[in-house]
Parts: sequence; structure tokens; C-alpha cells
Amino acid sequence: MSHNSESRLMEQIQRTLSRRTFLKHASTGVGGLALSSMLTRDLPANIQVLNSLDDSGGDFQLPGMPKCKRVIHLCMAGGPSHLETFDYKSKLAELDGKPMPKSVTDGQQIAQLQGKRNELKIMGPQHGFKKCGTSGNEIGNILPHTQAIADEICIVRSMHTDQINHDPAHTLFNTGTSIPGRPSMGSWLLYGLGNEADNLPGYVVLTSVGGGQSQPIASRQWHSGFLPSKFQGVEFRSQGEPVLYVKNPAGVDRTRQSDIVSTVEKLNRIGMKSDFDPEIETRIAQYELAFKMQTSVPELADISKEPQHILDLYGTKGADGSFASNCLLARRLAERGVRFIQLYHRGWDHHGGIKKGIKVTAGLVDRASAALVQDLKQRGMLDDTLIIWGGEFGRTPMAQGNGRDHHIKGFSCWMAGGGIKPGMTYGATDELGYAAVKNPMHVNDLHATMLHQFGIDHTRLTYRYRGRDFRLTDVAGKVVHDLLV
Amino acid sequence: MNHLFSRCTSPIWLIALLIVAPSSELVAQEIDFGRQIKPILSDNCYACHGPDEAQRATDFRLDQKESALSDDFSVIVASDVESSLLVERILSDDPDVVMPPVDHLKKLSANEKQLLVDWIKQGANWSEHWAFQIPTATKTPNVATSDWTKNYIDNYVLAKLKSNQIEPSPDAEPHTLLRRLSFDLTGLSPTPIEVKKFVEAINTIGMDAAYFNEVDRLLGSKHFGERMAVYWLDLVRYADTVGYHGDQNVSVSPYRDYVIESFNSNMPFDQFTREQLAGDLFASPTQSQKIASGYNRLGMMSAEGGVQPEEYLNKYASDRVRTTSSVWLGVTLGCAECHDHKFDPFSTQEFYEFSAFFADITEQGLYAGSNKSGKWGPSIDVHDDKYSQLLKPVVDEIKSIESKLVNEQDQSLPSPIQAIFDVEPTDRTTEQLKKLAEFFESLGPAFESKKARHVALEQERESITKQHSRSTLVTVAREPREIRVLTRGDWMDKSGKVVEPNVPRVLGGSISKSNPDARATRLDLANWIVNKNNPLTARVFTNRVWKLFFGSGISNVLDDVGSQGESPSHPELLDRIATKFVESNWNVKDLIRDIVLSKTYRQSSSLRPELDEVDPENRLLARQSRFRLDAEFIRDHALSASDLLVKKMGGRSVMPYQPTGLYRHLNFPKRSYSPSKNEDQYRRGIYTHWQRQFLHPAMKTFDAPSREECTAARPQSSTPLAALVLLNDPSYVEAAHSLAELAIQHSADDQERFHQIFQLAFSRDPKKEELVVLTKLLESHRQHYNSAIEDAKALLSIGQNTELKKPAGSDNSRKSSDKSAEQSSETTRPQTNIAEKAAWTSVCRAVINMHEFVLRK
Repeated sequence: MSHNSESRLMEQIQRTLSRRTFLKHASTGVGGLALSSMLTRDLPANIQVLNSLDDSGGDFQLPGMPKCKRVIHLCMAGGPSHLETFDYKSKLAELDGKPMPKSVTDGQQIAQLQGKRNELKIMGPQHGFKKCGTSGNEIGNILPHTQAIADEICIVRSMHTDQINHDPAHTLFNTGTSIPGRPSMGSWLLYGLGNEADNLPGYVVLTSVGGGQSQPIASRQWHSGFLPSKFQGVEFRSQGEPVLYVKNPAGVDRTRQSDIVSTVEKLNRIGMKSDFDPEIETRIAQYELAFKMQTSVPELADISKEPQHILDLYGTKGADGSFASNCLLARRLAERGVRFIQLYHRGWDHHGGIKKGIKVTAGLVDRASAALVQDLKQRGMLDDTLIIWGGEFGRTPMAQGNGRDHHIKGFSCWMAGGGIKPGMTYGATDELGYAAVKNPMHVNDLHATMLHQFGIDHTRLTYRYRGRDFRLTDVAGKVVHDLLV
Repeated sequence: MNHLFSRCTSPIWLIALLIVAPSSELVAQEIDFGRQIKPILSDNCYACHGPDEAQRATDFRLDQKESALSDDFSVIVASDVESSLLVERILSDDPDVVMPPVDHLKKLSANEKQLLVDWIKQGANWSEHWAFQIPTATKTPNVATSDWTKNYIDNYVLAKLKSNQIEPSPDAEPHTLLRRLSFDLTGLSPTPIEVKKFVEAINTIGMDAAYFNEVDRLLGSKHFGERMAVYWLDLVRYADTVGYHGDQNVSVSPYRDYVIESFNSNMPFDQFTREQLAGDLFASPTQSQKIASGYNRLGMMSAEGGVQPEEYLNKYASDRVRTTSSVWLGVTLGCAECHDHKFDPFSTQEFYEFSAFFADITEQGLYAGSNKSGKWGPSIDVHDDKYSQLLKPVVDEIKSIESKLVNEQDQSLPSPIQAIFDVEPTDRTTEQLKKLAEFFESLGPAFESKKARHVALEQERESITKQHSRSTLVTVAREPREIRVLTRGDWMDKSGKVVEPNVPRVLGGSISKSNPDARATRLDLANWIVNKNNPLTARVFTNRVWKLFFGSGISNVLDDVGSQGESPSHPELLDRIATKFVESNWNVKDLIRDIVLSKTYRQSSSLRPELDEVDPENRLLARQSRFRLDAEFIRDHALSASDLLVKKMGGRSVMPYQPTGLYRHLNFPKRSYSPSKNEDQYRRGIYTHWQRQFLHPAMKTFDAPSREECTAARPQSSTPLAALVLLNDPSYVEAAHSLAELAIQHSADDQERFHQIFQLAFSRDPKKEELVVLTKLLESHRQHYNSAIEDAKALLSIGQNTELKKPAGSDNSRKSSDKSAEQSSETTRPQTNIAEKAAWTSVCRAVINMHEFVLRK
């Protein structure tokens, strides 16, 4: 943010807030800078330096312009098998059906296979792979459209995490720790950088299902934790109202709703006159924004005016709650300045029947994931949009019947745009695809790298809670510079 | 002052400036080590010079006086700035010398440097951490203008105000005061009649007596317990679902009712503590004490297939340490799970010792199959008041049929069946019931009528049991699990030392055991917590209660009274309140009575711009605070002002209207949501079904916590999503409609209707300007809805309580009780046309959305 816009914002604050509120909120950080709402261009946390009596906080910005303005996280919920998608292991094919060497699995965490610890068998890749593009990025044949954009993406084959069950693993992937109650990464970004969307929330979540067991997803995954709740993710729904309570009550048209909102404003202003309370001003602003949102959200959700070739590119017929239509909505959200867009596709938990199941799930997400990259690129938005594709963990090289169990020691994801090197593969698992051995990248490292691309030092973007300065990367995380352009 | 040194680089110049020309404002008063210096040291220095042994860079510590002021180090030399190494190091611009080091994430502000230098200059006075010292009562301060003070609280507050040359605020106006008091003590606003009576009483018996009576009335109200429970349930993270993975329902609502009842019956807080932590260990626990022991079972649980039981037992154990240490002690002992605490003297070993108190709780890491069975470990059945009464005739008849059968058929009655007959019908096992059913089935045609009747009675018995009893999780003790210190919290690491239950030593030494030869128990822990020498319990509780009545605590970091917390604004007052609380035998109502009877509490909350600079956060209490109502009370107020509220207490949690599809991400099993019918739709917010993963959106947007973790202070946010709730959530539209009906019934005159609406919503009369604005809305919407009758009908049909859905002339049958006399006396309801009702509904929607509606002043 330039110095000029900072001073403009400060002026705005000074005009609107009395010194009382201003000082009162300085101690609670940016959350208290009340006039800036969840929807307006929020004041970033570093602005608090200018307000605070204590000038030691908020100094988290890295020198140089940030490369990235927004994230689209395509969360492949359930845990996609890396061994059928981005991490081909010839050794596995060779040893298919043979016992898994005990030396690899002894003393390791195992999820549903724990009862079968002594009879673990290797399962070869269930689908073929191809080296693609000029980069030679190797991608599974169940993802043909992703293969076609191989040169745009950076595959990481050395991801690892700590949590072997879905719920805590998602929590770790979103908040940097498995302990519930911490803010998710989208909330951290909004807290740090504010929102640039007009009349839309800065953190939007969309979900879809299909292709495998739909594991539950808790709203804690997009919660703001101890950060002010205006930084929480807002779920856009494909059925019913796109945002909860965004529609007028039955029998109330837009004019009547507008009458009520403006009456409320007048009444609140009368209240202010006799009893000056700056909180009222905040509330007035929130009502104004809520009312605007009642138009902007349905407008955003309406993709009927998208040209046919765009619908075809994504492979969607219209807003139907599918992953494909959600990807198109993601682009529309990105265009409107939404900071963090998160798509969950619940359908990757292939404990059984993986050969067929993973192909179905891949088929539901492949075209649209690739389309999103291409579409953003043709609009010149890929450079400042970071796309992250991946699940909360991977799956075992060992068979679980004809499926694979949860696996945390090594798995894959890919990234595109946002200053990440395209057309490369980073890191590697061992020859059995079990553990990340070359350049291991923990979830905390992914977070550190993501924040870095926004010009944020992950060790310095902190929030004081229960006496401790918390951060997204908890006590770990390192920026993986090898991935950066 | 802030940026004074930001461009300076010369330390010599700096030292000179700091020493020679100290900031006059800062040196004018003596620096308070606890409030001003310790937080700087803790925040910036303890990470390497503090309690965590593993991180300590050298022998030098800044968290202990002996080391900090030791001659061996000469880091801090009292009154001698030049000899104090600390001054040189913090002012240095040499990257190899400066403290905190350049790569450390913290750096000192100019202000903080100045404070440290001035403090050393003033003699470097040192005091041990306030919260870890046993509180002592000081003598009530003398204040000259004693006519202002009502009790000891006021003396402390006024003394501090006077020393800052600030006058307190005048009393709040009577209607504001009563509205505040009612919200604070019951979570409900006063009725217009209550306000009127209060104003009349002031005229006849005087303010003090009239106010005293109101305090007494409200403390005696059954709604007091509901109000207090909202706060307690946040702390203990009470919810109706298990939280992890499938977030399935779990029945524990009797615990919630126990909390409400305990506050209502004014159970001493020490007893309340013992019952929850160790009710099951009492000599012969009552049912209520068993229910209370459900406290230990309120944490999250998992039925996810791939869960490794030991890992989750460990998660549950850590959660209990975090919660219990936060609920009663206000400390963050949970931080010591993987390493010694960075700021407070708690070691990792002490974390696991604390955890060991709970090692005897019967539980499972993985509740396999519980997603289907609904059973989550030990529980008991709790029956409601009607249960026995309803069941008696059924049971009697079952017994009579069986005894007749015995008489008629004693030759051939198999002995196992005879044995089952001897068991009380309510005590029979599923297996026995099955055998019995088979037996009746086998009887010949001569017994057809008895057979049929027996089947019908069994069904009725089951249905009564189902309807009138709830199960609730309880604690059942078992042989304690082995608890080890887990290296870096890793549950798979078995190399750590096995530990016995014990408490953090800094809080007064080891636990004393009731049986010296046995392992310390949860009851020993509870007794230690409520021992009068425990420095934390009373302070933490009274401080949090204070917050409920003033909007901020005397120490305003409600969840951490350790080094990183806040030194109290009025330490002597907090100690006095805490010690008095213990002396009063932990009498909660007496504590609250003292608070609300104080003049400090009764002050106006009007802002005082002249104090913005001196006391921006109103910590000196020169006025009352104003804050938004908690989520539950916003709902309660809307329902109560519109007379929709059903004041029935307790029972299963209820389902307010909720957008469809909110639970579509839940699985195992898939969930659907059916809004409660009839009176359960209009219950208080505290009874709302608490789905941890998908909390009711009206609760969530007004900052109610998910209750996955202990919450000591809710944030207060203001978002457009909250505006959308009050504008469009059917509960609030329906309340607006109902409020409109009340106004219409009240009078045929518009002005009188406005007055009634304002009395119900704000306990005051409308201002002229407000009437102008609302009249304009009314007239415009009258006109509109007259020409859009279908719209009017649609608006009025929102909710279950709509007049349109009711057959003409039928009474409001929604409620079985609690119909207040003042409203039911209205028998003749004028036939108002639909458009008129819709227009008034618009007016009431505007009123419900006003800032003042959700504001406690």
C-alpha cells in the first residue's frame, strides 16, 4: 500500500472516529479500526503502527512489492492419492502385491490400517502417467486437462503434515496447527492486508461433492478463530440464498427494504446527536454494506451472462453447485478483488475402489482446475493470483483392500501463478512414494511461502491472544525460495 | 514521544538524553513495576531470559529478582543508570550488542526504553507477580465526599478517580438503570409496567430503597441462572455435539440445567467447583452431583474411523488441562504441553502432572460406532418432573397384568419369566424385555387381550421414557491411565518420565492429599482450587463476574492473569472483592449484589469526551460502559419485547428457524434440521442447539463461540452479516410482526402505538424526531401494502406464530404458560386489515434494527 493511500485512509479514520475510539482500539489492533468493515477496503494491520501508542507491532511487510494479491485454494478434501496423480513410482508397479518392507512402516502412524500392521501390501499405481509439455512435468493420465497446462504449474511432491485424520488435518492445513480455535489462512491474510473487494466479503468459501466418500467439513476450517469475526470466511451456497439471510423476507421488495435500512440509519443518527457514540457510525456503515451486498452477491452468483465459450472452457452449464461452476465463480470473485477464495471438493477419500473412484473424482475437477489457470492467464490475472491445488494429506503406497489409507509422510500439491515458478517439479518422495525425502515441505512451509508472496514476513504477522503472539505458522515454517520466480 | 528516537543512532547521545532529560510526564509519578515494567520484560525478554529452561541463553534471568538484580551480573543496578548493563544494551545501535537481539521478533519502543531507564533511576523496585500472591484485603480508602459512595467498591473507585482529578458521572436515568440491571442480571429487558412501578417507587420510597428492591427481585428471578449460565457454558465449552469429524449429537443438556439451577439456588462457588470436577467422587453422590461431573466429559470427541485411540486420549487430556486451568485459574498452563512455559513459571512436567488428575476418567480415544448408537461413554438417564407421574399408571397396569397372569398360569410360567416379572418394569434390561415380548407372543389365544394390552403398555412406557428422560454424560472413575511427560507433546514418544497428579508449585507448593497413602484425586484438585490460599481462583472468578457488569475486567485480559496478562487497574479493589467473596463462603449472589448496588455501577454510561485523552478505555470507571448484548440476549430481547418468548426452563436443546442446508457438509450420519414446533420455537437463546461445527448463524454472527475451546471473553464484532440477520432472519421478522400486533392491540392511535413499541424495545418514550421518521415510513408502507395485499400476506405469514394461519377466533395456543396478565387481559382484538399490520411490521423491523435495540447502556 502506498504512502498516499495510507494517509488517505488515516484521514478518513480521523474524520470519522473520535480519539477515544481510536485509542481504545489501538490496543486491540486492526480489529478495532471499526469503520473499515469486512467488506470495504479494510485497513491492513500495519496501519495500526500509525495509531498505536506502541510502535513495536505490525512491522511485518517485506521490502519490495508483493507479487500476489489473492489466493484461490482448490482444496481436494478427503486426501487425493499422490500415487495416481502427481507422483509416479515405477518401483511400486514393480512390487505390486508384495509385502511392504517393515523397515518403512514400523513406528509410523497408520490410520485405518492399524489392525493390519503385519500384513501391509504394496499397491502399484492404478493409472498411467505422462511427461508433459516442455517442462516434462509428470502428471497422471486421469488428469488430461491438467496435463495440458503442465508448463503453467509447479508440482510439489514432498509435502508432509502431522495429522492423519481428516478433521485435524484440515485444521492444520488451514490454521497451521491441529488445535481448534486458531484463525485460518484466509483470515490471517485479511487481517494483514485487508480486503480489496467492494461490497463483497474478502474471504469466500464454495463447496462441491462427488466421486468418493464425502467426509465432513467443519466451518472451523474458514473461521477467524481469535481474530475479529469480520475476518472469517463467508460461505457462498449454490442452493438457497447464496449468502445466509442475503434475501429480503417474503413480501418485502427492494424499495421497502431500502426504506427500512434508511429509516434505521436516520434513527441511529438521531441517537448519535444526543449521545455521541462512534460505535453507531460503524453500525450505520455495516447496514449500508449489508444492503449493498443484497445486490452484489446475487449479481456475482449469476453466471448466466458468461459467454458460451467460457462455460465450455470450465465445463459447466451454469450455476449448479458443481466444482466446475464454483471455479468460474472463483474467477468472478477474484476479478472483484476478493482476497482469499477457497473451494472444497469433497470426494477424494478413496479407502476402497480407488481405481474407479479416483478417476471419477479427477474427472469432476480436472477440466475446471485447468480452465481456471487458463482463464486467469488470458485475463492477465495469473501473475498476481496464487492457485493452490491439493488435499489435507495423501494416501498410502500400501493397499487397503482395493483402496488406499490416509498418509501424511509424503504427498503432492501444485501451485500456479502468484510468482511461483511455472513448469517445475519440486521435491521427491522415496522410491515407494512413502516419505518426502528430497526437499521436504511441511504445511507450515507452504504457509510461509504463501505469505511471502504477499510481501509478508510470516514470523512477524502476529496477533496477541492469551498472552502469546500467535502466527499462522505457529512456531515453524520456512519460505521455500526455490519455488519463487 | 513515540518517534522521538526513531531517527537517532547515537547511543551516547541517547543515554545522555534519557538520563538528563527524562520525559516529565513519565517521571512525574513513581513507576509501577507490575503494571509498567514487568509486561515489557515479559514480552521482550522472557523468551530467552525467562522460565523456559531449554531456551535460556545464559544463567541470567529477568523473571526472578535474585538474578535480575544480582551484583554478579550488574544488569540492573538500582538507582544507577550508568552502571546498569541493561541500559547500555537496550540503547545500543551495535547489532552485536543490542537487546533484544536484532533477529529477535520483539523490539523495544522508545517509550519502553524510557520507562526502563526511569525505573532503574527510581530504584528499580521489584514485586512478585501480583496474581500468584495470596490476595489480602486492604483498608477501605477514605474519600472526602462520602455522600457519593454506597459501599466499599465506591471508595476504591472514587479514590482512584480523585487522584486523577476526575469526578464520577451522575446516576443513569431510572429507566436506563433498570434496563441495564435487568439485562445484566437476567438477560431480559424490563416490561413497561416494571419500569413504571420502579419510577413510582422512587417517588414514594426513594431511589435507594426502590433500587434495592429491584436488585433483590432480579437476583431472585429464575432467569438470573440463565443469564449467568451463558457465561459459564462458554468457559466450560458446553455444546450439544461432539465437535470432531462428524460432529454428532451428544446428550448433555442436564448439565446445562444443573448450571442454571446452581446459580439460581446460589450454590456456593466452592461447592459448584467440587461437584463439577469430582461430583462422582463424593461419598454418596446425588443425581445432581453426578450430572455436575459431566463437566469432565464436555470436551470434543471423535468417532472417525481412522482415529488412533491413544492419540485422541492425549488430545482429550490436553484439552482438559487447557480448559480447567483457564476456567478456574485463568492461566495458560496448556502452553507447557510441548515446552516449559515461556512467560510463567510452569514446567512441562507440571502440565502432565496436572493432566494426571484426570487420568481416571472412563473414556475412549475412538468412540467407534457412536455415530450410530448415540452413546459416548458413561451416562445416566435424567427424568423430568412429569416422568414419574405419567409412568405410574402404566407401570401399575403392567404389574397388574403380570400378576394376573401369574395367578392364572402359575403352573406353566417359566422361571426365567417369573424372574423378569420380579424386576420393576422400569428397571428391566433390553434383553429381559425381549424375552418378555417373546413369552407374550408364545401365549395362546386365550390371552389375546392381555397380550395386546401388554404390548401397548410397553410401547407407552417406552414413549414416556423417551419423551421425559434425557441421558447425560457423567464421569465414572477407573484405574488411572499411566501419564508420562511427552517429549515435545509427541504421543508416540514413550521415553518421558511417568508422573503423579500434582499442581503447579508456584501456586503454593504441592497438592495436599486427602489420603496420604494414595494418589491425589480430582477431589483433592477441587479442594486445592477452592482453598482460600489459592491465589488465583477467587480473583479470576470475581474479575470475570465484574466484567459482566462493567464490560471490562479489573484486569482486562480475562483469559490470562500470568505475566502476559494485564496488571489490574484497581489491584486493591480486586483483592478486596476476591477476599470478601471467599469469606462470604463463596456467595455469588452477595458478590453480584455488592457490585450492582455500588454507585460506580449506577453511573450514567454517557460518553465523556473530556476523558478521551486521560482514560480512553474507561478503566478508571468515571462512567458506566455501554456494550452490545450477547448473541443469546439479542434473541431473548426480540422475543420478549414482542411477547413471543416462552419462559419455560431447561430440557433438551431447541431448534430455532435456520436456513436449510446449513448442515450439508456434515456426514456420518447425514443431518437435516427441523425447526422446533410450538413453544420450543420461542425459547431463550441459551437453549439453542449448539452445533459446534455449524453454530446457528444468528448466534455465530453475534460472536457466540463454537465452544470447541474455553472462551473467557467473547469478541464484539460489527459486521454486515449481523445486519443481515436482524433484517432478514425469520425469527426477527416474526418478532417484528408480533411486536406490531401488540402495538395495534394496545391502541388505535398511531402515537400511542409508537410509544408502546418504544417502551417495549427501549424502556423509554420516543423522541419527536424519531416519531417524524417512523411516521413517514409507516405512511409510505401503509400506502404500498394497501396496493400490494399479497406482499403483505407473505410478510405476515413468516414464522409459525402467524395470525393468518390461525382459524378465526382461536386463542394464541402457542403458549401453555407465562402469559402475563397485562397482555392477556386484551380480549377484544380489533379487526385490523392486513396492510396495516404489514406497515406496522415494517416500523417494528426498523426498531429492532436500531443500534439501541441491542445496546446495554
